[in-house]
Amino acid sequence: MYPATMKYLPNILFLMCFLAGSGYFAWQMRRIIRNIRMGRPLNLNNRLPERLKIMALVALGQSKMVRRPLAGVMHVIIYLGFIIINIEVLEIVLDGLLGSHRLFAPYLGRLYDVLIGSFEILAAGVIVACLVFLIRRYGGQVQRLKPTGDLKGWPSRDAVIILATEIILMTLFLTMNAADGVLQTRGVDHYIRAGAFPVSAGLQPLFAGWSEAGLVFLERFCWWGHILGILAFLNYLPHSKHFHIILAFPNTFYSKLEPKGQLPLDENVLKEVRMMLDPQAQPDSASSDTMPSFGAKDVTDLTWKQLLDAYSCTECGRCTSECPANLTGKLLSPRKIMMSVRDRMEELGRLREKHGPHYTDNKKLLGDYITPEELWACTTCNACAEACPVNIDPVSVIVDLRRSLVMESSAAPAALNAMFSNVENNGAPWQFSPADRANWIYES
Amino acid sequence: MQIKTVAELAAEGKSPEVLFWVGCAGSFDDKAKKVSKALASLLTQAGIEWAILGQEESCSGDPARRAGNEFLFQMMALQNIQVLNGYNIRTIVTACPHCFNTLKNEYPALGGHYEVFHHSQFLQKLLDEGRIRIREEVFKGKKVTFHDPCYLGRANGEYLAPRAVIRKVFQNIEEMERHGQRALCCGAGGAQMFKEAEKGLKEVNIERTEEALRVHPDILAVGCPFCKTMLSDGVKHFEKEEHIRVADLAEILAEAAAPIPESESKN
Ligand code: SF4
Ligand code: SF4
Repeated sequence: MYPATMKYLPNILFLMCFLAGSGYFAWQMRRIIRNIRMGRPLNLNNRLPERLKIMALVALGQSKMVRRPLAGVMHVIIYLGFIIINIEVLEIVLDGLLGSHRLFAPYLGRLYDVLIGSFEILAAGVIVACLVFLIRRYGGQVQRLKPTGDLKGWPSRDAVIILATEIILMTLFLTMNAADGVLQTRGVDHYIRAGAFPVSAGLQPLFAGWSEAGLVFLERFCWWGHILGILAFLNYLPHSKHFHIILAFPNTFYSKLEPKGQLPLDENVLKEVRMMLDPQAQPDSASSDTMPSFGAKDVTDLTWKQLLDAYSCTECGRCTSECPANLTGKLLSPRKIMMSVRDRMEELGRLREKHGPHYTDNKKLLGDYITPEELWACTTCNACAEACPVNIDPVSVIVDLRRSLVMESSAAPAALNAMFSNVENNGAPWQFSPADRANWIYES
Repeated sequence: MQIKTVAELAAEGKSPEVLFWVGCAGSFDDKAKKVSKALASLLTQAGIEWAILGQEESCSGDPARRAGNEFLFQMMALQNIQVLNGYNIRTIVTACPHCFNTLKNEYPALGGHYEVFHHSQFLQKLLDEGRIRIREEVFKGKKVTFHDPCYLGRANGEYLAPRAVIRKVFQNIEEMERHGQRALCCGAGGAQMFKEAEKGLKEVNIERTEEALRVHPDILAVGCPFCKTMLSDGVKHFEKEEHIRVADLAEILAEAAAPIPESESKN
């Protein structure tokens, strides 16, 4: 009895870690989905083939990443590394559960060697790309990545944690293979001959003098470190900009399909306008007990898609680096707009977890997180939306907040109020008489 | 050139093939009025039966909407749609990308369904059909660059039509560093035209004009009345108005077009 338990102890331990890691992740995802659901409903389950195509191109194919070639190519390497090395993780998980070693090797034969060999090359590529990214971030050549402004403090630390973790995970993977390779050549029991080690072969000489026990320990240490690291990283995602590796897919799937210039109709406003134009119309009684609100003051006034946008933001700053307002020194940064939406959503989500689903504090997205000065700097030029590699639409958030400023708080800049009254009274944004509208015909 | 209103045509029991939506800038702004004239003469030259709404036209509502005044936008839109639908208008051409975007994309949700063209698209069509003749010597040896209007380019994905029009007149286009999808805004969109810019280090139109100056054009072509104002101001700021002309596509084309026979050009 006793020895049998001992024999299965690692399997049991692994099973527990695996269940804990994936269970905690599932629990976190519930929290994320609940937060996104704080947004207003919006039906986007239409035009599915078109949506699948956009997702395939933009998320899977990274079509918007490669518009900047260096960052694009490096990113593709890390991303392929992530996706493809997951096949290896599947084997690692099964090995952990079954107590086997390189479970797939006997079934795949030569193909197994090819796979392991290419994983190694990718892993080395990932390390190089992550180093390049660290240098770009801290070398100061790339304005949008500097640890100042929007990225001051946590967002920059987050980026470094991600890059460092990826380097560590890949190093563990390669070291594990190196130890395994030495054990294989020594013909140690359990370490079947399998795999090709084009990269880690270079590390093998380091361990040539090690004892068998030492090597087995190193191999096991790296194996556990790698898989526990992955489980921990998985649970780090929901707290990080790195969440985009998952959310880029739903977010591009639910991309805006209308032309970028088209703003959505505010239905609450339409009801009011219809009533104003038709005095006979009765306010529909179902909705009249709650005062309709116009535009967005807080995250709960945004749609779930705008909230999903915020969780998907990679904080890459491509939007801000193309923004005419930001480029000319105005306070507005579309990246910061999306980061503010996320911060506020997380805050309100936490509060509602504690105090119930309808709780509101006295803070608001508008005012406490995003100021009117930022909003009034926007030219609605859509450069941000065009640049975003995961099809985020910061303009819609900006306009929704402006709607609240104008229609709820009458807080437009004086010049815009003058423009409004001209449009209303003269049918033009300037003070000209509508009777003169066609005078240009006779002028030379 | 005789310009008729839709109401006048209706009195004759006719309705126009195409409505020229002039827009507020095209009606009241001095620089934009020249564009309206140029487009009017091109439409006539091409033998289009067209008309304007005249006093029955009103602001499309675009500046109100971008500034957050959805009420006012919807009021204006519904009012315009009533007029347009009343005359059974089907095809609209406009030289303002903001009107273009609003009429084309935002009126349908309120019951206004029209085939809407930005004038670059309509002119391209007329050129392709051979309905406008070009004298190639007019701008010979001149260097041109084109500033994409945000509401034509990114907002509606139209980058080719204005370039096709320019290429009929000029051998090639000297592109600015940021052009097409990456073109920098002139600074006027989103109702900025009607307010002071927020506090910053620089005006957007200055930044954009600097970029245009770097390609040393003789002509800075635009396709939007607000871009025309912003970039003209920018060129003036650098005291380059003697050397660089900011001109709309319609003006360029009207000047390059073969002259209209005397008999038609009266009025
Ligand atoms: S739409 Fe507004 S926020 Fe986006 S790039 Fe243009 S000015 Fe900046
Ligand atoms: S909104 Fe898009 S472009 Fe801007 S920082 Fe986020 S991911 Fe990057």
